[in-house]
Amino acid sequence: MSVLTIKDVTKLFPGGTKAVDSFSLEVADGELVCLLGPSGSGKSTLLRMVGGFETPSAGLIAIDGEDITRMPPEKRPTGMVFQSHALWTHMDVFKNLAFGLKLRRLPATEIKRKVEAVLELVGLGGYGSRRVTQLSGGQQQRVALARSLVLEPKILLLDEPFASLDQHLRERLREEVRDIQQRVGITTLFVTHGQDEALSMADRIVVMRDGGTEQIDRPDVVYRNPQTPFVAGFIGTMNLLEGTVANGIFTRASFSHPLAVADGPATLAIRPEALDVTPAEPGAAKVHRVTDYGTHGLLDLDLPDDTRLKAMVSHPAQYRHGMGVNLTPRAVSAYRNNAQIFRSEA
Amino acid sequence: MSTTIKVARPVDWTGIFFAVVLTLVIVVPLLVVGTWAFTNVWRFPSVIPQEFGLKFWYQTLARADVWSSITMSLTLATTVTLISAVICLPAAYAFARMDFPGRDILFFSFLAGHAFPKFGLLVAIAGIFLQLNLIGTFWGVVLIQLVGTLLFMIWIPVAAFQSVDRRMEEAARDVGASPFRVFWSITLPQAGPTIAAALLLSFVGTFYETEGAWLIGAPQVRTLPVLMISFINNQPVIQYGAVLSVLLWVPSFIALLFARRVVNSGSFAKGFGA
Ligand SMILES: Nc1ncnc2c1ncn2[C@@H]1O[C@H](COP(=O)(O)OP(=O)(O)OP(=O)(O)O)[C@@H](O)[C@H]1O
Ligand SMILES: [Mg+2]
Repeated sequence: MSVLTIKDVTKLFPGGTKAVDSFSLEVADGELVCLLGPSGSGKSTLLRMVGGFETPSAGLIAIDGEDITRMPPEKRPTGMVFQSHALWTHMDVFKNLAFGLKLRRLPATEIKRKVEAVLELVGLGGYGSRRVTQLSGGQQQRVALARSLVLEPKILLLDEPFASLDQHLRERLREEVRDIQQRVGITTLFVTHGQDEALSMADRIVVMRDGGTEQIDRPDVVYRNPQTPFVAGFIGTMNLLEGTVANGIFTRASFSHPLAVADGPATLAIRPEALDVTPAEPGAAKVHRVTDYGTHGLLDLDLPDDTRLKAMVSHPAQYRHGMGVNLTPRAVSAYRNNAQIFRSEA
Repeated sequence: MSTTIKVARPVDWTGIFFAVVLTLVIVVPLLVVGTWAFTNVWRFPSVIPQEFGLKFWYQTLARADVWSSITMSLTLATTVTLISAVICLPAAYAFARMDFPGRDILFFSFLAGHAFPKFGLLVAIAGIFLQLNLIGTFWGVVLIQLVGTLLFMIWIPVAAFQSVDRRMEEAARDVGASPFRVFWSITLPQAGPTIAAALLLSFVGTFYETEGAWLIGAPQVRTLPVLMISFINNQPVIQYGAVLSVLLWVPSFIALLFARRVVNSGSFAKGFGA
């Protein structure tokens, strides 16, 4: 029952860095939105402004219509999970979880009940008397999540909570957190610069760049229909070809493809899995390397001007280094002046 | 097949040399003084005292000037440490958490007092204190000792506060703690042991300090070390000085225990790298 509204928010740090640039977003009740972008794109700064740890230079942040732009963090109905768990090492697990409840002057029995319940929720039942330093990285991060959840915040904020964990643990916790988030039904803003994380967890993804928004969409839409060449290059593997369009034909070196747009420069984006390859001599491109993943293969292809392309094939065994191939894209999108001008689907 | 290569570790002669010299310079005098304190008779050619006993403890502790100087030293060290804490801890927190113009210069100025020959500085200050009628007064000595504690009481707590993870403080704000509550429940306990060590070091430092105490305080304000010096200078009986100096070891030992913690935690080194 909680909606987060961010409206035209700008953050200018002393020294002149514009970390966030008139950013707007509305997160619906129970929705999980991922902020995805390269390092320095302003994700943490935005999240910290929602949590109250930075003050916006301009704009408005509201929860359920109530303006919280200048409210100090201790008054906000938000709960934040930091990258480096930030647990209080001089307290045991129980005290870490009980601290916020004590500040709210709950009776001791109520505190005990809530803490035990939330420990069960994150799969750490019975760990209350452990010292924080005696927990593994994954367990610490779970306690940090529990510390926020136990206060039942309206908005949950997570800043790369799994960044310091290894791949396997990261994948497992990602599923657990998504699971918990859906069970509790809490509105969540999640920062990551791992696209896998964003694609697998999010209801919607916000792709950020230089403090601004490049695209806000469902994960599958961001993947299939990137609105800018930046998004196209950032999410998943993508072949990006700079070339020119003349008389409805896009050309880059020996590669050409019909493209029904006005003449001029253009960037063509083709997914490796949407690029069909047929052996041909001399062919438009030469095979540089063949990688066999068992289920499929990946070809590295070179155009005569050394532009590198990737193509996915189902039978990699039939290709060899130096072989000539012709290329037929099944689906492309094209960009000019940072905007999409053409798109075809397979 | 595997081969084991044995590398003979070269004998660390430099290390041994320094260890031996340090032992001679520090441990032997301590032993001698310690022995003297519990000796009733010890005449020249003998290596071992002829008679052990507590005679001189009774004699020393029966003197009124010894008791008044112990009281003086304790009062002085406590007063200086408390005032220093009240002034320096908030300042240290400001140094650790805020950035203001002149921060670095001000920070290093605390070191300056220790970088120059101290006695020259003291004489200059004594000149000023003479004008202000502070010579020979308790508060004059407090003032001069305060200056001496600044280094410990700023640099060590700054390092301690800096090493408290800022995210921990933010996490506490996040669950609803006011800034003061955060300082009390999170920052202080996290920095606690190191700050306790700083307090102890400044207490002990004040307790032992002689030059300033003598120059500013004499003859009215007489601390235990000052009294000990006058004993050693004026009395042919070695045991008086020995007993006093054994008394003076007590705070040292406590301080050493704490100092180990500080050095081990690495925050002292961090303070100097800040
Ligand atoms: N306290 C600060 N003072 C000045 N500049 C800052 C401050 N915090 C962040 N910045 C700058 O703001 C920009 C955005 O930083 P931010 O931490 O939000 O990026 P991010 O997207 O979270 O990056 P990462 O993925 O590396 O965490 C960066 O250029 C950064 O240098
Ligand atoms: Mg960040």
